[in-house]
Amino acid sequence: MQEYGIETKKGLEFGLYTLGDHLADPRTGKRISAQQRIKEIIELAQLAEQAGIDFFSVGESHQDYFTTQAHSVVLAAIAQATEKIKIASSSTIISTLDPVRVYEDFATIDLISDGRTEIIAGRASRVGNFELLGYDLNHYEELFEEKFALLLQINEEEIVNWEGKFRAPLRDARIIPRPKRGKLPIWRAVGGPAASAIRAGRMGVPMFLATLGGPASIFKRSIDAFRETARESGFDPDRLPVATAGFFYIAETTQDAQREYYPHINEGMKLTNGRGYPKQHFAQGADPRDVMNIGSPQQVIEKILYQHELFGHQRYIGQMDFGGVPFDKLKRNIEYIGEEILPAIRKYTKKTKADTNE
Amino acid sequence: MKVVALSGSIIGSKTRTAMNYVVEVFNDQYPDVDITLIDLADYDIQFSDGRNYLDYKGDTKFVTETLMGADAIIIGTPIFQASIPATLKNIFDLLPVSAFEDKVASMVVTAGSSKHYLVAEHQLKPILAYMKAKIVQTYVYIEEVDFDRQQIVNDDILFRIERLVEDTVLLTRTYTKMREEQEAKYNF
Repeated sequence: MQEYGIETKKGLEFGLYTLGDHLADPRTGKRISAQQRIKEIIELAQLAEQAGIDFFSVGESHQDYFTTQAHSVVLAAIAQATEKIKIASSSTIISTLDPVRVYEDFATIDLISDGRTEIIAGRASRVGNFELLGYDLNHYEELFEEKFALLLQINEEEIVNWEGKFRAPLRDARIIPRPKRGKLPIWRAVGGPAASAIRAGRMGVPMFLATLGGPASIFKRSIDAFRETARESGFDPDRLPVATAGFFYIAETTQDAQREYYPHINEGMKLTNGRGYPKQHFAQGADPRDVMNIGSPQQVIEKILYQHELFGHQRYIGQMDFGGVPFDKLKRNIEYIGEEILPAIRKYTKKTKADTNE
Repeated sequence: MKVVALSGSIIGSKTRTAMNYVVEVFNDQYPDVDITLIDLADYDIQFSDGRNYLDYKGDTKFVTETLMGADAIIIGTPIFQASIPATLKNIFDLLPVSAFEDKVASMVVTAGSSKHYLVAEHQLKPILAYMKAKIVQTYVYIEEVDFDRQQIVNDDILFRIERLVEDTVLLTRTYTKMREEQEAKYNF
């Protein structure tokens, strides 16, 4: 795990992520400017750091209602504005980028941040980036697999010899600068069915699993499949971290949390995904067995601990800013996290000496 | 209430003719309903490649967005080779998995003979159910003999179309009301 900067003895890492969506607050119908949204994301990372949160990441989406298309630029600003918190992309759509440029960018951010930077590479669920950046959607899978493999190779080797289908060959190409610790933690973003998790396991790379809603036990199947396939493929699953990412929101009571966050998720999903979030499913989200971490502080602590027991994962990251949530509510959430969530999950998930063998 | 009447074939006239009658019933008897006729013959629609429907352009985007915005969809389909036409199946393939959740769907079927009566039952209903539509169980089945030069000449069919429209409106109103009551209970 240490190869990926994870210290298991400290317990489950807790982080926040944003997709950089740029949506109106459904209660007021007003949308802040793109500039204000980007500045608030940077400030959110600072507040997260002050509250003791371990990790903050920013995603890349190339269509309407988003504002962090240049997510690496936003991350560079966050790197400069913070000192301790780990920072990453969630995700970098490696399929439609040049892995060399991505590595140069993130190695640079890593140097600015003094070694706090990671990459989570994904394939995109919306595909506006393919046409915009000049790629054929028919190569959706191949593009990802080839470019992700190249990104991993660049991470391992400073001088790269490589040839593939979707990029000019590299002949004794020196890819610099190198990150502070020589290598960056690089994760594979995984969503949906277990097949995607199995591919991550086959490659022996850490997995970031999207868990938006539904029973936690369903997602355990993907995690088990990941570890099992890693083992079969000759990797030690105990050295491969697993992270989960999903909706997160805290208010005084679970009902308050649902009431406050639901319109944002429902209206936001309609615009960015083409379908709202059915209220019936959202109502079930309050069940302790559901993976959605929306509720009172106590409810959310119980859920995160239940998920940790089930998944044995190393990091959880929450998305609390989707759909135009006003900034004062985000600040309030960060207070809850710092005062109640972090102390509880650290207390119950940190390892005693007897537990660790690293 | 927004209703889309979808004529699912790009050739022939019988399904379109039947859908014209459907629209006429709406115009005459349900002036408060916002009815839109989409005849696939009028649009240039690409094959589904698996992307989110919002990522298509032109006619494909227009038709999918119109369907997604409807409270109820009345699907008109001919029977080709003992099945629904590929053009109609493509529309389903373009939409998300649970596209018809909270929507009512009903069916008007045209065919050359009575041989294909169960095609809608066995092939169309399972697709609508998988996509989570609330289905009006009875459908109107119209044969070649019921048409004469783009007119329906069987009064029984006209009465059945009226009943289908009435059932579609009634079911949509009922489900909307039921859902509102159910959602109010969640209290968020």
